[in-house]
Amino acid sequence: MSGESTYNPGNGFTRWLDARLPVMRLVHDSFVDYPTPKNLNYWWTFGGILSLCLGIQIITGIILAMHYVPSTDLAFASVEHIMRDVNFGWLIRYTHANGASMFFIAVYIHMFRGLYYGSYKAPREVLWILGVLIYLLMMATAFFGYVLPWGQMSFWGATVITNLFGAIPVVGESVRTWLWGGFSVGDPTLNRFFSLHYLFPFLIAGVVVLHVWALHVTGQNNPSGVEVKDPKKDTVPFTPYATIKDGFGMSVFLILFAYFVFFNPNGLGEPDNYILANPLKTPPHIVPEWYLLPFYAILRAVPDKLGGVLAMFGAIAVLFVLPWLDTSKVRSARFRPLYRQFFWIHVVVCIVLGWCGAQSPDKILIHVGEGGFDVTDLSRILAIYYFLHFLVIFPVLGLKEKTKALPDSIADSVLGKSAAKA
Amino acid sequence: MADIHAEEPTRRDFLYVASGSFVAVGAAFAVWPLIDQMNPDASVLALASIEVDISSVPVGQEITVKWRGKPVFIRHRSEEEIAAAEAVDVSTLRDPQTDDARLVDNPEGKLAKDWLVVIGICTHLGCVPLAYKGEYDGYFCPCHGSVYDTSGRIRKGPAPLNLEVPPYKFVSDTKVQIG
Repeated sequence: MSGESTYNPGNGFTRWLDARLPVMRLVHDSFVDYPTPKNLNYWWTFGGILSLCLGIQIITGIILAMHYVPSTDLAFASVEHIMRDVNFGWLIRYTHANGASMFFIAVYIHMFRGLYYGSYKAPREVLWILGVLIYLLMMATAFFGYVLPWGQMSFWGATVITNLFGAIPVVGESVRTWLWGGFSVGDPTLNRFFSLHYLFPFLIAGVVVLHVWALHVTGQNNPSGVEVKDPKKDTVPFTPYATIKDGFGMSVFLILFAYFVFFNPNGLGEPDNYILANPLKTPPHIVPEWYLLPFYAILRAVPDKLGGVLAMFGAIAVLFVLPWLDTSKVRSARFRPLYRQFFWIHVVVCIVLGWCGAQSPDKILIHVGEGGFDVTDLSRILAIYYFLHFLVIFPVLGLKEKTKALPDSIADSVLGKSAAKA
Repeated sequence: MADIHAEEPTRRDFLYVASGSFVAVGAAFAVWPLIDQMNPDASVLALASIEVDISSVPVGQEITVKWRGKPVFIRHRSEEEIAAAEAVDVSTLRDPQTDDARLVDNPEGKLAKDWLVVIGICTHLGCVPLAYKGEYDGYFCPCHGSVYDTSGRIRKGPAPLNLEVPPYKFVSDTKVQIG
């Protein structure tokens, strides 16, 4: 898709620079004259929104690191110092804390967009895999960051998650000790998590560059799932069309962001994290942040320690091989009537799994005699379905499903000439 | 470089492979300090042993002390608790261990059956269990519902192992050294 460069250095300096380091040409070809499918809808603005989120997190994070002290004696107090004493500290911290949640809202929409429109399929497998890698790095970064305020949830979240690694045979114990730097979560743990929390966003930024690079090699997918045939008819230049549309999407997204920062800054957090970490007392109800809840539910659904850990990591690992599990030749769910239904079932399953993760595992939903059908039972059924969706429904559906006729081109789909022929 | 294609490996090939291997071994040695620094350091290891006065713990109660950053339960067991722990058929346990095997001798050289010392970390995912709770009046973990008996042995729930017994000994009738 990246055709001949259309960059034309306008003056002596840009000509001089272009012959030495064609960075202006790179920017021009990637973000100005880059051809984007003309039928992109607002679900395609989340790539830009995610870049914005990463930028906000890095800037607010660097500022917070100027005031934060990574020591078990001072961390909690230094966060309160940021909240009360530092000028605009409350704003910067609330932006950073809620920014993490906003980042995950955006990434989940972005991923489900990819699932709906088949954006992971050939030739975009590497693009998709890099995306899953970014998602993994995001989860690690969010986890490290959540430990830093050194509240009760920070401490016990860190304890439970690091113990997950202890379940891995042979190397698990060593990995856990290396994470801890001691015999339990403590001062060395907090220090190294701070160091890694600072490092990981830059790893994410690095993989984002690869992600965008891969995107620009294959070109963007689009709602019709049909490849660009004639760039003149099917595409419009990135600037101004995509830049302005992305900008509008970002502005609307920032309204939601601002609602949380200014009107409900602790709405997505756990009140227990405003209690100083106490290694001798576990809070009665430990829950991770909302964006990890579906995986937490899968972890608890398996009655075996190692099995639960494997299922939880497997739920993410299965995404890496997704491009090869889907056998359908048609990308977009617009032309896959059955897949479209399974897609929405899967969305609901993920959301209900998240709800299960937030509940007490022995909470009874339907009473039968003394016991009944509890949250763990529901999580088990949903966790099994989660894996069936990818491992069975995806391969089988692609072979069995009768898809609708595809439009001849993006231009045809826009002009409504879609299913008529073919 | 000149285009040399010899049938037999030459001395030069050997030198290339040897220097490459040498660099690889050197790199591995250089990496080790970078990994080993993550292990518990000297100051952490220095705190590895504590002495606890247990004279003030009445029968039927327990105290929690901090050892290596972890809670350790020191439980003064009643006759009933000891009897309950000994009455269990060991072969029915998930992590089979007799009650006696989880205790140590007192200074007179007799098994101190009335004192149970265990690390207060659930063997599932590391939460701190609550004492005198759960079906067996031993311990109950609030996180994922593991139940332990009055010997700290796993009886129900997702945890795979009994509560760990730390290395400890009686230094006198009223003092226990942990670690």
